[in-house]
Amino acid sequence: MTVVLSSSETADAPAQDRAARHFGLTAEAWLRILAPTLIGVLALIGWEAVVRINEIPPYLLPGPLAVFETLIREWPSLSVSLFITLQITFAALFVAAALGLLLSVLFAQSRIIELSLFPYAVILQVTPVVAIAPLIIIWVDDIRIALLICAWIVAFFPILSNTTLGLNSADHNLVDLFRLYRASRWQVLRYLRLPTAMPYFLAGLRISGGLALIGAIVAEFVAGTGGRASGLAYRILEAGYQLQIPKMFAALVLISLTGIAIFLAMSLISHLCLRHWHESAMKERR
Amino acid sequence: MPEAEPKGPASVITLEGVTKRYANGTLAVRGVDLSVTRGDFVSLLGPSGCGKSTVLRMMAGLIPPSSGRVEMAGGGETGDIGFVFQEPTLMPWSTALKNVMMPLRLTGMARYMAERRARDALASVGLAGFEDSYPRALSGGMKMRVSIARALVTKPRLLLMDEPFAALDEITRHKLNNDLLTLWQAERFTAVFVTHSVFESVYLSRRVVVMAARPGRVVEDLCVDAPHPRGEAFRTSADYAAHCRDISAALHRAMEE
Repeated sequence: MTVVLSSSETADAPAQDRAARHFGLTAEAWLRILAPTLIGVLALIGWEAVVRINEIPPYLLPGPLAVFETLIREWPSLSVSLFITLQITFAALFVAAALGLLLSVLFAQSRIIELSLFPYAVILQVTPVVAIAPLIIIWVDDIRIALLICAWIVAFFPILSNTTLGLNSADHNLVDLFRLYRASRWQVLRYLRLPTAMPYFLAGLRISGGLALIGAIVAEFVAGTGGRASGLAYRILEAGYQLQIPKMFAALVLISLTGIAIFLAMSLISHLCLRHWHESAMKERR
Repeated sequence: MPEAEPKGPASVITLEGVTKRYANGTLAVRGVDLSVTRGDFVSLLGPSGCGKSTVLRMMAGLIPPSSGRVEMAGGGETGDIGFVFQEPTLMPWSTALKNVMMPLRLTGMARYMAERRARDALASVGLAGFEDSYPRALSGGMKMRVSIARALVTKPRLLLMDEPFAALDEITRHKLNNDLLTLWQAERFTAVFVTHSVFESVYLSRRVVVMAARPGRVVEDLCVDAPHPRGEAFRTSADYAAHCRDISAALHRAMEE
C-alpha cells in the first residue's frame, strides 16, 4: 500500500534554471566577464597614452606594449622561472591541504589534541614568513625544500582553521541520527563530518592557493638576495639590478596572472565539488 | 520480521519512574510512567517546555534518564527505532535515495540491497521518481516525506516523531497526516508522536498522553476510540469535535496545574 503525492505539494519546489543563454552563458555571466575586461582594456590604453604623451623613458615606466613585447622576447627564461615558482607553489599547497586536512581530522577526534596543538598553529600563522625565511634557507640545504617550507607555512593555517570549523559544524540532529543507528566513529567522520567540512575546506583552499604563491615569491626574494634561487622573484631582482624595468614588469605581470589563474582554478574545483547541493554554488541559478 | 517478536506482554517500550535533570540543573521531566502497546499510535501532547521531546529522546536512547528505567521489549537492535525530527534533517550533499539508504548502509547492508529497500521506501511515501533529487530541489513537504522514508527504511518496530509537521502549511500537513496513517496501517509499526496540536493528536492517535510543564510530567492519559482508517470525513464528524473538546479541556487543566 502506498501513498500518492499531490500536485500542490510539488508546486513549491524551486523552479529550474530557464534564463536565456547567449553562446552558452547567461546575460549575468557575460556581464561578469565583459565589465572587468572593459575596465582593464581602458586602463591599459590610458597607461600607454600617458607613457607616450609624456615621453616617459622605459627604465622609469614602460608602457604596456613594451612590457608585452618584453614578455614575448624573454619568454624562454621567464617561462623556466615561472615553472619553478609554480612547482613550489603547488607542492606547498598540496602539502598544506593534506596536512591541514589530516591535522583537522585529528583535532575533531580529540579535544585534547586540538587544545594542545592549535596555539602552535596560530604561532606559525602570525610569524611573518619574511622574518623566518632566512633561517629556514640557512638550515635546509636543498633550496627548493626551503622555499616549499616557507610557502607551506603561509598556506597551511587557513586550511587547518577552516576545516576544523567545518568538521565541528555537523548538524546535531544528524549526529543524533548517526548515534541512533550506532554508527562508528569512522562512519560519522566519513559520511557526516567530512562532507559537512567540504565547503569550509574548499574555501580554505581558495585562500591558501593565493597565499602559497605569495609565500613562494617572498621566500624566493629572500633566497634571491643570496643568489640561490631561480624563480620569478629572482628574475625581478635580477632585472632590478640591471635596470631592465620592462623585464621586471613582465615578471610581475606573470606573477599576477598566475595568482589569478590559481584563484580561478580553486574556484572551479570548489564549484564542481559543491554544485549539486551547496548554497554558494547555487546563486547563479536564481 | 514479525516472527522475531516476542509473545507475551504487548508493550513495545516501557518507562518506569523516569526523571531527567540536565547538567545545568533544569528538571526536564519527573516521574514519568508510560507503557506503549505494540501497534498503538500514541501522541504526547503538551505546552512547550513540558519535556515531551525529552521523553521521546530518552525512548530513542539518545539521552539517558537521570533516574528510572527505559526498556524496549526484546532489547532493541539497530534499526528497531526510527526517528523523525521537527526539521527534515537530510544530508544536503546526498540525493533523496542516498539519504534513505544511509541507515541501512550504516548497519553494513550491501549497497544493492540497501538501494532496493530505499527505492521501495521512497515509493511508499509517494516519492517514486525523485530518487536522484537533492534535498535543495524538494519542497518542505517532500523533504519531510524523505525523512519519514528514511525512518521507515529499516522497518522499525517503533517510530518516534518529534513534531514532524509543525513547520509545514496546513494543507500539506493534512495530506501528510493522512499518508502517515496509511503507512501506519500498512506497515504495522508502533508510533509515538510528539505534538502541541490538539487537532493533530486527535486525528492521528488512538491514545493521547497529556503532559504539563515545570517540571514535565504526565497528567492525563486519554483514549481516542474512533475506528481506523480515518479520513477527511472524520475531521468534520461530531465524534472528532467531541474528542477535541475533551482533550483541549485536559490540556487546559494541565496548564493551570
